[in-house]
Amino acid sequence: MLLECDRISKRFGGVHAVAEVDLAIAPGQVFGLIGPNGAGKTTLVNLISGHLRVDSGAIRFAGADVTGLAPHALTTRGIARTFQGVRLFKGLTVLENVLVGRHARMRSDLLRRLWPRGTPDRADRGRAGQLLDRLALGRPDALAGGLAYGDQRRLEIARALASEPRLLILDEPAAGMNPPESARLRELMRALVAEGLTIVLIEHDVRLVMGTCERVAVLNFGRKIAEGTPSEIQASPAVREAYLGSEDAA
Amino acid sequence: MDAIVDFFRVYQTTIGVIGINALLALSVWLTLYAGQLTLGNAAFMAVGAYGSALLGMRVGVPFPVGLALGAALSAVLALPLGFAVFRLRGVYLAIATIGFGEVVRVVLLTLPFTGKALGLNGIPPITELWHIYLSLAIVAYVLWRVQHSTVGRAWAAIREDEIAAASQGIAVRRYKLAAFVAGAALAAWAGGLSAHLNFSIEPGDFGFTRAVQILVFAVVGGTPSVAGPILGATLLTALPEILRPLKEYRDIFAGLILMGVIIYLPRGLVTLAELRKTRRLHEIGAADVA
Repeated sequence: MLLECDRISKRFGGVHAVAEVDLAIAPGQVFGLIGPNGAGKTTLVNLISGHLRVDSGAIRFAGADVTGLAPHALTTRGIARTFQGVRLFKGLTVLENVLVGRHARMRSDLLRRLWPRGTPDRADRGRAGQLLDRLALGRPDALAGGLAYGDQRRLEIARALASEPRLLILDEPAAGMNPPESARLRELMRALVAEGLTIVLIEHDVRLVMGTCERVAVLNFGRKIAEGTPSEIQASPAVREAYLGSEDAA
Repeated sequence: MDAIVDFFRVYQTTIGVIGINALLALSVWLTLYAGQLTLGNAAFMAVGAYGSALLGMRVGVPFPVGLALGAALSAVLALPLGFAVFRLRGVYLAIATIGFGEVVRVVLLTLPFTGKALGLNGIPPITELWHIYLSLAIVAYVLWRVQHSTVGRAWAAIREDEIAAASQGIAVRRYKLAAFVAGAALAAWAGGLSAHLNFSIEPGDFGFTRAVQILVFAVVGGTPSVAGPILGATLLTALPEILRPLKEYRDIFAGLILMGVIIYLPRGLVTLAELRKTRRLHEIGAADVA
């Protein structure tokens, strides 16, 4: 297993945002995480990426205990993520955003920079450029804050990929994308998994999840109420009641 | 030729103070560039000024060694202070560093060997203009190069979004601390140069007013680039001299100019060129493309 969560819990005041959740994610797949609003999906992601600390339970990544590690340490170990609602460095250029994403893989070039003609990060700029091409992002010198919303989402994915992760967590990546963009996103995810990446996909768009994921876990009120293949999930009465039923009715 | 020589003779002190103020403005630029508002640099300047002056006068340490030791002492003080205050953000961080400044000022007023309220007198005036401007040239070059290094990019990322920066593998706390400690050492170096430019120093020289003044240099000049703080310090230090013919109305005009810059160029004087460019782009309707 690449990522294992062992009965992890997080409370905010009296609310159990995440309650004793077990997860085991095998490498080389897209793993879906769904649930109604307020089910604890984003809290769970924040626990895995180190932005929040678990109250109890343990998290293992690639066989090592990573419970309580800081976000930057987890990125160095190979966990990258995007954010619900996009958190780009808006005042930096598109290329600079991706270069910051490579921070964990770059040696400090502080001293080599002092040499007047040195451009020690040429190789990294090349790789960043390739990622921009792959995500169909032109204009590397434009400010990230000026991009259209769909472009900002793809730039955030490019930035996350720049750290050469083994696990990529996408928090509602299709929000604000039109159908062709979301279809391209699905193709991209398939291609990345074929290259050996593991993806955790948090998504509201049930169709995207069902069409992309090998396995899906369903959260409701902080608890995992079901896990299985997309067809098993669609057949589960508990899920239907908690999530799909209400979605269908709407 | 004679005119130039005369100019330098008359304005020697002002020219020296401009260089020192530019160094101070760059010292606070370091933390501003990483998105942190700190107001402790007047206190670090005091540490460098008192440290190097006392080491020179009482111990007989050579001038450059005294400057370096003052800067090192300041860095050593900044490290635990930064550790404690970087839990805070924004205005809370600013207030905490003001508190540190007050502590330093009161310590200087009480210690037996700092001359208390009278300060130190008879400091040998051994700072030459070239000491100041060589320091400024080196510091400006280094910071300009650092801006484009992995470290400079990490600082910019922290300024833009701390949470996202941490997710890119940046050890946010460590980078903030590095900016703060480097700024403290630089402020102390400038303080040492300043103490040996004048004949005397006293605790009042390094109070809250001085802390705000340093910040204003950097902000008015503009924090997007290294040139900004230098420009801001130069203009605001020279302004009283330029406005001398206005006599008693001088301070009023200086204040109005300051307000004008902040209102019309909120990102600082260095963005003046940028502004003209965007205005031209607006005219041809291409602003959103640029």
